Amino acid sequence: MAAPMRDKQGRPIVAVTGIGVVTSLGVGKSDNWAKLTGGVSGIRRISRFPTEGLRTTIAGTVNDVYRDQMSPAELSERVALLAGEEAVAESGIGAKGRFPGPLYLAPPPLEIEWSDRIKMAEMAASDADTGYPDLMRVAREFAARHGAFKFGIIGEHLAEHFGTAGSPVSLNTACASGASAIQLGIEAIRRGDCQAALAIGADASLTPESLVRFSLLSALSTQNDPPERASKPFSKNRDGFVLAEGAAALVLEDLDHARARGARVLGILEGYGEKSDSFHRTRSSPDGKPIIASLRNALADAGVGPQDIDYINAHGTSTPENDKMEHLGVSTVFGERMRGIPISSNKSMIGHTLTAAGAVEAAFTLMTLQHQRVPPTINHSIPDPTITLDVVPNVARNAKLRRAMSNSFGFGGQNLCLVMALEPA
Amino acid sequence: MTGRREVWITGVGLITCLGEGLEANWSHLQRGDPPPYDDKSFAPYLVHPLPPVNFDQQIPKKSDQRQMEPWQRIGVYAAGLALSDAGIAGKPDLLDATDMIVAAAGGERDIAADTAILTGMRKMAERGAFLNERLMSDLRPTLFLAQLPNLLAGNISIVHGVVGSSRTFLGEEAAGVDAVRIAQARIAAGQSELTLVGGAYHGTRWDVLLVFEQSGVALKGAFAPVWDRGPQGGIALGNMGAFLVLESREHGQARGARARGRISPVASDRNKRQPGDIEATLRREWGTIADQIDRAHAAVISGAAGLQPATAAEHAMLKEIGLPVRNTGTYIGHGVEAQFAANLGIACSVIEHGKLFAPAGTGDTGSSPPDISQVVVTSVGNWRGEALALVERVVWGRA
Repeated sequence: MAAPMRDKQGRPIVAVTGIGVVTSLGVGKSDNWAKLTGGVSGIRRISRFPTEGLRTTIAGTVNDVYRDQMSPAELSERVALLAGEEAVAESGIGAKGRFPGPLYLAPPPLEIEWSDRIKMAEMAASDADTGYPDLMRVAREFAARHGAFKFGIIGEHLAEHFGTAGSPVSLNTACASGASAIQLGIEAIRRGDCQAALAIGADASLTPESLVRFSLLSALSTQNDPPERASKPFSKNRDGFVLAEGAAALVLEDLDHARARGARVLGILEGYGEKSDSFHRTRSSPDGKPIIASLRNALADAGVGPQDIDYINAHGTSTPENDKMEHLGVSTVFGERMRGIPISSNKSMIGHTLTAAGAVEAAFTLMTLQHQRVPPTINHSIPDPTITLDVVPNVARNAKLRRAMSNSFGFGGQNLCLVMALEPA
Repeated sequence: MTGRREVWITGVGLITCLGEGLEANWSHLQRGDPPPYDDKSFAPYLVHPLPPVNFDQQIPKKSDQRQMEPWQRIGVYAAGLALSDAGIAGKPDLLDATDMIVAAAGGERDIAADTAILTGMRKMAERGAFLNERLMSDLRPTLFLAQLPNLLAGNISIVHGVVGSSRTFLGEEAAGVDAVRIAQARIAAGQSELTLVGGAYHGTRWDVLLVFEQSGVALKGAFAPVWDRGPQGGIALGNMGAFLVLESREHGQARGARARGRISPVASDRNKRQPGDIEATLRREWGTIADQIDRAHAAVISGAAGLQPATAAEHAMLKEIGLPVRNTGTYIGHGVEAQFAANLGIACSVIEHGKLFAPAGTGDTGSSPPDISQVVVTSVGNWRGEALALVERVVWGRA
């Protein structure tokens, strides 16, 4: 038997053997990839609820999956399940309903929705003010019809469906959540706790309140017309992100395990880097140090240098703040080398899929390596003169790529960066 | 698991209805008096409020306090206590490399705003437009930051400077258990040296009572020990902040840290809660540590929440294990995501004092063995979260 494969630090090597994706562009990898490289936008006018009185009336919704009256929990679970099924099927690992490893899930932070509160209030039918004590009176009756609300419920259902091992972990690191789910899987395989893990990021939680919350923080683009032009990362006239839905799943596997069962290796997760920021709840430290540290930590963990990165999948939200800080981060870490590294933002087409983003964009980064083709940053007609990056403006491009990086940054000082590569010979 | 490193608990930060700090909690547990509770404010539901807390002590800036809702203030406060207890508070070199895993729920709501919207909506024909308008005008922008689950961790970074890494786990009791499980595993495997882990819960509020009432599990009526709450049982939600500093033995020894205890790998698993499932899961988990137990000097700290039939199932399994049992939920209430870390902290008190505290209710069985050096801590959540861990005294020179 051959000696086990180890990385430069003597750890098991983490391969990806299955990928699944759902976004506003469609369901499944092939549809998504065709549109992503075709420069197609999935951003459209919101039709799920009235938008009267809202400053932002557009989003990247998963209209191919949404059915009438689905709650954010149901829709998020549905997109997670679709992405998971695609990934597990491609990987061919385990047996149906028996995934041989743990589940790491990044779900949206769920709560009782307004639609639920309104239904409960109707049920309670009080004469005076309708308050929480009224809702309490009918809570059980409501739950009997609609199900009770629990934070871990999507993870529970997915663990049951896929038959993953052990206690399913649901996590949240704001807009870095999807990448954190992948990171937990990498760590578990490196520890030797398991030989495979299912990492899923999913978020389909567009509601009036979720939109209003980001709106009140002035985080969203208000350039509603035309919807597909609103998300314009790294452009001078960028004015916020576009809230979006989606999911991605990766089957992570010890490379030896994958090779032993003859699985097709889609890529290697070589390393990650994280660093928290203590500057502010929603803003990055102005010196960019935590972002810079997370990028450098990722390179060090992967055992590579700036010269080894051929492509960067940007966090690129299209907010004035993020794109400026990400520019500062990558130019500091990569220096002169940055001139030769294409960096593009999938969010220009799919919007910001929030807790799913890190997973969706890791999936697209692996596909970029596989296809040797870089998806563009669309809507790049007025470049920001202070951002001197090759953002692959508007049109996809073929390139020789061996290794790539995907960045995720989130409220609460979250910075996480993944390094991915093609399979070693 | 050969070659894994020893993991120490070098700091505990605890705040419950019994008070703040391990000593205050311990002295109440020793006396065995009924805990403070409030059965009026949310009648008929019974909850355990905190005594008055001077948040300035751990969150000096009022501007920071204003940016947080109560669950975050409680958590940031407890995290500060844990960092101080571990001797790493205010030490940027150590805090810079301190990892963090927080178990949280979030979603704290503005009850007054919700009530006004629900009341106003009854007369409206165009409900969607009315909701949009009111949300745009009534929601405070800062409230969103209190609703994001990872903003407890974010506030700990800001207030205490913990910036090695930051992850937040979601999902009731299981999240609290898995946060500790993964923190322990990372240190044991050399992926971290120093990790702050724990959670916070603010249970004296209508919006979480509503969530628990949907499942019909919130305790109504008279106070009773968790074991003796009738055929349905019930959960008395508490206010609770509980954080632990976990550290590799090597790292702790090098900086002269005091070991409050050593923590074994946490056994946690999921089951479907069919009859017999809880017992089977706990039995399997017990199997991972049974051969390490010195029965003459060991006891169980139970995390039973008071809900039936889960609490009876745990009781049956604990009888099978046969060690003396004490439950904490009777005294400190139920802190959901924070409960497991709180109980691990209290386990450190038990081995420090070498004895158990006063029994409360029919499930608190056995008398305290002499010189307790091992404590088995259990978790049985309100719907998931079956787990078990072993906390042991660290004996210098032998460890």
